[in-house]
Amino acid sequence: MTDKYIIGEIQTPVGNIPQVSTKLNIEDYLGTVMVRWSINRDNYKVKPGLYAVGNPTALSDVFVTANYKLSFDHLRKNLADLNAWLLILDTRGINVWCAAGKGTFGSQELINRIRLTKLDAVISHRRIILPQLGAVGISAYQVKKATESVHTGSAIINPSQLQTSKLSFSPESLKTNRGFNVVYGPVRAKDIKEFVNNGYKATKEMRKVTFNFTDRIKLIPVDLVYSRYRLLLAFALIFILSGLSRTGLSFHLAYEKGLYGLLNLFLAYVSGIVITPALLPYIPVKSFAFKGFITGIILSTVLLSFNKLGSSYPEMLSWFLLISGISSFLAMNFTGSSTYTSLSGVKKEMKVAVPIQIAFSIIGLILFVVGKLK
Amino acid sequence: MRAFVYLKDVVTLRMDEEKCNGCGMCMKVCPHEVFELSGGKSHIVDRDSCMECGACALNCPKQAIFVKSGVGCAAGILNGIIRNTEPTCDCSKNGGGCC
Repeated sequence: MTDKYIIGEIQTPVGNIPQVSTKLNIEDYLGTVMVRWSINRDNYKVKPGLYAVGNPTALSDVFVTANYKLSFDHLRKNLADLNAWLLILDTRGINVWCAAGKGTFGSQELINRIRLTKLDAVISHRRIILPQLGAVGISAYQVKKATESVHTGSAIINPSQLQTSKLSFSPESLKTNRGFNVVYGPVRAKDIKEFVNNGYKATKEMRKVTFNFTDRIKLIPVDLVYSRYRLLLAFALIFILSGLSRTGLSFHLAYEKGLYGLLNLFLAYVSGIVITPALLPYIPVKSFAFKGFITGIILSTVLLSFNKLGSSYPEMLSWFLLISGISSFLAMNFTGSSTYTSLSGVKKEMKVAVPIQIAFSIIGLILFVVGKLK
Repeated sequence: MRAFVYLKDVVTLRMDEEKCNGCGMCMKVCPHEVFELSGGKSHIVDRDSCMECGACALNCPKQAIFVKSGVGCAAGILNGIIRNTEPTCDCSKNGGGCC
């Protein structure tokens, strides 16, 4: 099966390079929607290597990205009407920023990929443009240094070889064979054209990472899917405990009393995974766990006012603890999706929040059982 | 945008201004405008916005910046504790990705 985004070939001194479309088709859009829901997300890849958009020459720009198909699609879509090369690094199907954090979108992979694709023979200049967030894994000055020894045919030349071999180039040609200059482009591919027109300079706005409402909403489905087994487990536990009474365990009772419990649990999940991320900047505390805790408390209060929090005081209190504890834990996990939390900060908030979340869950479950046996 | 500033005084970012040659690379790679150039040197002007991604330190040709970088991800930290490793965002079973 040939990939539908490949629409032709461009001839170069190192062979034919696949030319890709800058228009996304229905399959590309469908794939995007699916990975946003975590379907096929771990295997949404393109083959690493060199690609072309438009009809690039030896003077055309080179844009580097990850082999996550979503990253690849995003880049080519934003290069419409340009003639450029795309250098796709092997990040095992992970996006640029995350892969850079893991080091797979890294200096070594970039250096290797430049050699493997014989990029130095395809282009006559030495400028490669990387997404700014790739800088987490790439060291521009190290790449420059390491590629200074690259020569056509991916041979690494050292002075002793030069003297002894009958290679068809003079030391003069080596002087022009300088290393690759990594230029960090904008954070977002949509700014590429402006960046190029701006003389390869990113404005302050292009460099800044944002986290607006749509950015956050797009991330919610994956978190919902990621947490589904934990939710089912919690469903099962509450359902069984709902069947408890002084006379023992009854399925009939569980069915009768348990359903509202499942609804409460579901709402706790929604509070932590949907409401807190959606309202993130409007909840006036900084710790994510605390944000989720507040949303959970508000939700519990609303449920209480509708008389949906249980039929006895221990049960009402248990739901307060369970809903706010679960909401807090799930909101805390959104730190990983956010674009501004630091490792030190998350560790600090976890030290306080995790013991509280565990205590809330345990006391909440005990009170739940107490309420049933009373 | 100040709404997206995380906890105060927690990050490990440090800078040795003596070593700085004012190339401005840190400013170019920082996603949160932490640095500013003045008087031929870079300065940390908004430390609390730092997310410890480590791009500045990795791209500083003078090694003038220090930051203990890592993932600011609670699930990753929990994973690290469970597997007894550094915080990792490899949360899927087949070693693929997430985050």
